[in-house]
This record gives sequence, C-alpha cells and structure tokens, in this order.
Amino acid sequence: MQQYSGFGLLKHSLSYHENWQRVWSNPTPKKHYDVVIIGGGGHGLATAYYLAKEHGITNIAVVEKGYLGGGNTARNTTIVRSNYLWDEASHLYEHSLKLWEGLAQELNYNLMFSQRGVLNLGHTLQDMRDIERRVNANRLNGIDGEVLTTAQVQEMVPILDCSKGARFPVMGASWQARAGTARHDAVAWGFARAADALGVDLLQQTEVTGIRRKDGAVEGVETNRGFISANKVACVAAGNSSVIAKMVGMELPLESHPLQAMVSEPLKPILNTVVMSNHVHGYVSQSDKGDLVIGAGIDGYTGYGQRGSFNVVEHTIAAIIEMFPIFSRVRLNRAWGGIVDTCPDACPIISKTHIKGLYFNCGWGTGGFKATPGAGHVFAHTIAKDEPHPLAKPFSIDRFSSGELIDEHGAAGVAH
Amino acid sequence: MLLIHCPYCEEMREEEEFSPAGQAHIERPLNPEEISDEQWAHYLFFRKNPRGLHHEMWLHAAGCRKYFNVTRNTVTYEIMETYKMGQEPNVTASKEGQS
Repeated sequence: MQQYSGFGLLKHSLSYHENWQRVWSNPTPKKHYDVVIIGGGGHGLATAYYLAKEHGITNIAVVEKGYLGGGNTARNTTIVRSNYLWDEASHLYEHSLKLWEGLAQELNYNLMFSQRGVLNLGHTLQDMRDIERRVNANRLNGIDGEVLTTAQVQEMVPILDCSKGARFPVMGASWQARAGTARHDAVAWGFARAADALGVDLLQQTEVTGIRRKDGAVEGVETNRGFISANKVACVAAGNSSVIAKMVGMELPLESHPLQAMVSEPLKPILNTVVMSNHVHGYVSQSDKGDLVIGAGIDGYTGYGQRGSFNVVEHTIAAIIEMFPIFSRVRLNRAWGGIVDTCPDACPIISKTHIKGLYFNCGWGTGGFKATPGAGHVFAHTIAKDEPHPLAKPFSIDRFSSGELIDEHGAAGVAH
Repeated sequence: MLLIHCPYCEEMREEEEFSPAGQAHIERPLNPEEISDEQWAHYLFFRKNPRGLHHEMWLHAAGCRKYFNVTRNTVTYEIMETYKMGQEPNVTASKEGQS
C-alpha cells in the first residue's frame, strides 16, 4: 500500500498526479474464502479490516451488490458521538469513539474527523431532566458530558433562537465535546484500502442471491457471479438484513424504514458544532464544504425504496427554521433517503445465529455511522472466536426472548 | 406523499391524515402461558419486513380514527388495495408470483 503523506503529494505533483496507485484492486472471486462478508459499507469493510489485522484471517471476501460505501454509508449525516444512556450501549459507542480518535493515523487516510462537539437541546422541563440523567450516566461511564445553561448555549451558537418568545424555547442542552463529525465516504474508502492491503478481496457488483447450508451449517453464498464457498458468512446488510435472513428462512426483529436527509447550498462558516433537538426532531451541522447537513426523522411505514415522503422533510425543515431563523432563505441542494433497519429497542443486533457459521450485524437503525469502527471491531472478534466480544454480548439476538432489551429510544431517537 | 383510500370513509386522502401501524394480520397467541419465550418473542418483536408486497395496518388518525389494512409494495410504494379489519387481502405475493 502506498503511504499517503505531504511529501508524497509534493512528489506526485511533479508528475501531474498521474501516477497514483489504485486505491484498491478489483479481483475475480476465488472459489473459497474463510469468511464472506455480505455488504461492502462502512461496517462490512471495518469488519474485514479488523478480522485481517487483529485475528490474522486474511482469506476474506467482502461481497457488495453495488459499489463500496454506496448504501447508508453514503447517506447518513456523519455525526459521531457516544452519549447514550444505558451502560451496554454507552460502552459500545464509546469503544467506537475511542477507535475514531486514532483511526485516521491507523488507516493512513484523512477521515476529516472533527471533534466539534454535539449539543442536544432541551425545550421542556422533562427534556432537561432527561438530559441531566443521561449526562450523569455518561460521566459514571467515563464519557465526557456537561449540562449547559441557556446562556452557555447561546454563547456557543449565537445564531440559535434562545429568546423567551421562541417557538421552541431553549432551556439548556447536553454537550459532548469529544463528539463531532467525520467524512462518511472516507471512512469506507479508508477501511477498504487498508483491508485490500491486508489481502481482503473486495468484490463489487456481486449480489448474494442465496445462502447454501448443509447440516445446520453454512457452506457458502450463491451470487450473480457463481457460488462462493465459505466457512463463515457474516451479514452486514443494514436495511436489507431481513432479505438476507429470509434466504435461510429466518425472521429478524427488524423493520426497514426510509430515513431522509438533505444538504443546503454551500455557505460561509456559520455553525461550528452539531445542534440537535430530540423534541422537535431536527438536527443540523455544517460540513467543511459549507453545506448545512440536516437530518429528518424516519418515515413510519416500511420501505426499501431509498426515498420517503415529503411531509417528513417539511416537518424537519419547519423546526430547523424556527430554531435558526437565519436559515430561512437558504436553498436546499439535495435530499435523499436511505433504508434503516430499526430494532424494537433502538439497539443493534451483533450476534451468532442458530445456523453454524452465520453471523448478523444489523438493527443499527438510524445511528450506525458513528459505530462504524467499533461495530467492525467487536463483530470481527465475534466471527473469529465464534463467541461474542464482551461488548457485543448484550446485543445478541437472544435478548428478544430473554427480555433483556436495552431501551435506547431516548438517546438514539435523533442524530444519525 | 402517499394517497391512501380509507375503506371506512371511502375517500382518497393524503398520507398526513394517517399513521402507519406496522405489519397486519398478527394474531396474539391464545395460550400465552403454554408457549415458549421464543414463540412469545416472535409474536412481540419478529417481523416479516418483506422487500416487495406487504400487508400492513394504518390508522386514519385525523379522519375516522379506525384501523384498516393496506397491501403495498415496499420498493415502489404502490398501494394495491386497502381493506377493512377482519378481511383478507385480494392481492397476495403468491397470486402475484412473488415469493
């Protein structure tokens, strides 16, 4: 793998940047792999990378029906944070945030990871009680968090309407300083490049059409490029997880919903942090390019169409404009939808299944992007050792029958 | 924005008047004491979540406030039919030749 550096940039400028090495190769599928990962998004690529790097398993294929990072990795609103309420979820997301903090160096790839902080606004007395409870829980778990007063919020974000007459009065906020944003595509590309360098085969335009089994164990996957045999098959297909599960006659406790987001035209720097409000379900940040990145809520119906209904967008924009009157004349550039696989308890499933050698990482719902490195890390462990990573153990699919649900609706509801 | 025909109001109305209520035709087990935790979990949480034809419930929240069923394609979002609670769908995956 060619190392990226300032010196390299200078050197290649002499040859007009025409001799850069390809970032990853485009191999033909081998007959057999130790592990086949279904889904070439951030989570799948991170899983492949950590399997190769930490567990020495390099005979891996990542099978992707489209192109790498073209699903929800390309469609989220790039926010990274770990201020979840319950211990199990906090530990998992904090594990991920800690990996984020050294990831750009480790992958030798600029992820544009920017710890610009995240504000969660409170508009009601109950909001503030919930915020205090969550911040205290975070601090007990060693995660940074503060409760800010209205004056502190106003000082931090002067353009936010904190006046008494505001439609959504701001009573305070929670603040996680180590949270922030990252460049979504770069994460997938960085993991893909590093995994490729460790010998992982990235098979794009390869769609899984079936999973072959024998005596309760997986044998491999049927694809549009033929059968690929595998000892272990790991499904990281986000919104399409239920479709993969159906291939082996399984149902999952998931529903796939459209989730919409949008960006404005590029503006001069005006917002240097992430502002979100659970109460009115809107959140906004400004990308390095200058666009305002705005996330809406999910559409309530099941949908695989990667688009949602307009009234959901309208609802979010109405709230954003009330909070930031200065944005009222900003024009939107693009809006899109992704398919998110939501769990009844708003927590993911990282789990073995009753079929030997078949693993699922799904159910991240609206909040999978922030967990990309952490999910890949614990899922790789789960696959390699055939037993759950300690951090992944509470997220087994068995929790739905044992009753040990982890209700993160409060902290996971908004900000993706 | 979907346009949905409410089978009770017998009118085509905009999606904003309705709220989706998930998979239809789920039956609560009649013998909850006798079934296993897995079967109970299946009833409570596990869903078909199909890519394609789907039967789901909607509530006409800002109208007659009644629940009814909808057969809808989850990829194209096309609504094939709406029908009252207790009725069976006319359009099904097997009839349409989908698995």
